Amino acid sequence: MNLMSEMNYRALELGVPISVHLDVTYRCNERCVHCYLDHDDLGEMTTAEIKDILDQLADAGVFFLVLSGGEVLMRRDFFEIVEHARKLLFNVKIKTNGVMIREAEAQHLRELGVEQVQISVYSHRPEVHDAITKLPGSLKRTIEAIRFLKSQGLKVTIANVLMTENMGDGQGVIALAKELGVYYTLDPTITPKIDGDTSILNLRPPLSELNQIFRNPDLVGDVEEFCAPPPPPGQDIMEGYPCSAGHTACYISPYGDVFPCVQFPLPTGNVRKQKFIDIWRGSPEMQEVRSIRAKDLPVCSTCSHVGTCSRCPGLAYMEGNMRGPSTADCEKSYQRTGIASANMLLKAQNSHHHGPLIQIRPLNLPA
Amino acid sequence: MTKKYIARSTQIAARMLGGEMMIMSVADSTFFTLNEVATVIWQAADGQTPLSQIVNDRICGEFDIDEEVAARDAEQFVNELSQHGILLVSENPIEQSSAASPGAQ
Repeated sequence: MNLMSEMNYRALELGVPISVHLDVTYRCNERCVHCYLDHDDLGEMTTAEIKDILDQLADAGVFFLVLSGGEVLMRRDFFEIVEHARKLLFNVKIKTNGVMIREAEAQHLRELGVEQVQISVYSHRPEVHDAITKLPGSLKRTIEAIRFLKSQGLKVTIANVLMTENMGDGQGVIALAKELGVYYTLDPTITPKIDGDTSILNLRPPLSELNQIFRNPDLVGDVEEFCAPPPPPGQDIMEGYPCSAGHTACYISPYGDVFPCVQFPLPTGNVRKQKFIDIWRGSPEMQEVRSIRAKDLPVCSTCSHVGTCSRCPGLAYMEGNMRGPSTADCEKSYQRTGIASANMLLKAQNSHHHGPLIQIRPLNLPA
Repeated sequence: MTKKYIARSTQIAARMLGGEMMIMSVADSTFFTLNEVATVIWQAADGQTPLSQIVNDRICGEFDIDEEVAARDAEQFVNELSQHGILLVSENPIEQSSAASPGAQ
């Protein structure tokens, strides 16, 4: 166990939220086709409210702070927020599209001691990237921003999201990241909108694309190891937690709503009405999420993938049951290993039980 | 013997977790945890108090450690953290404005 894992484990034992994702706004200068947010200001927290939350998060023991949106720089007070966060000695990571970052902004972020900047790039080709963001010239400005940040010595990661619109361009973005000397990460899952709207799920690429991604050593490292069949789960797996959401991490919206994760829209409280620590420790919803072990998942506990699956409890919640399977992750486990999940087998079995909807039988006419 | 002054760098992230201080250098993402004694030195690193005085007043007095051993260990600890840019070291007092807050809860 490395030192970071050790501290995560200690935070879990102590019930400390070591990591918080705070969206400072949902407003954005891009209109990405796959975005799970609206782009309105329905009463964002003020500068003073956000500073107060940051004070509370520091008191609660939060170490890793992700500031995201929306586009964070749509807030005129964004640097004031970062400055306050850094005075409180958070490890600050910023997620942005980079369009508003020029040399001065890059320098300011470095001076404030931001640890990492993650920038969305969906293609190396302007015609593809700009069609996704719906902002002409956005790829050019985003790449310029990456160069400004790099020249300041900041650690930059390009984040790509795989969808039907850009599925041929993955290698091009990897090559661009290499050329720019930055890290690269790929998210292969389009998630429903935060209000539950699933209309953007039709942007999910075909499963064959997922299959290829899992066999790309640039993305997964040792392909044989990554795609190996899951080992039989031990007792420790069955007593284990699905992920850090609600255990050592949580999400706060621009309106002060607290959720277990940005991808897990279960309302647990609002920091405008309650102290953060009271929500974190006392919210019945947070406690329910925290109580769930792998053995408590009715379908997934019987699945051979239970110990290795990327099952997202938030996606399961959006499918209707936080203890249920997350279909997108079942597909990932299947495409990765070729072994069907318990959920997939159950669905296949159920579909066989139903007979044809219309049956035509010869009439037994009396002789 | 020349005096040595130490101050916390502003280019770090830090937080107490279960009695230990977690520290990360934002420049190279090196991650450290400090034990109780090292945390005391870290928190006392105000740029104004000589290291020898920190060791005498805060370590030997409170932890019942031999002065010579404490001084040697403190020296080693300070050297290691300064190599990662986490502590600033000088023969003269260091301005407060360049030092970060201790990150204690």
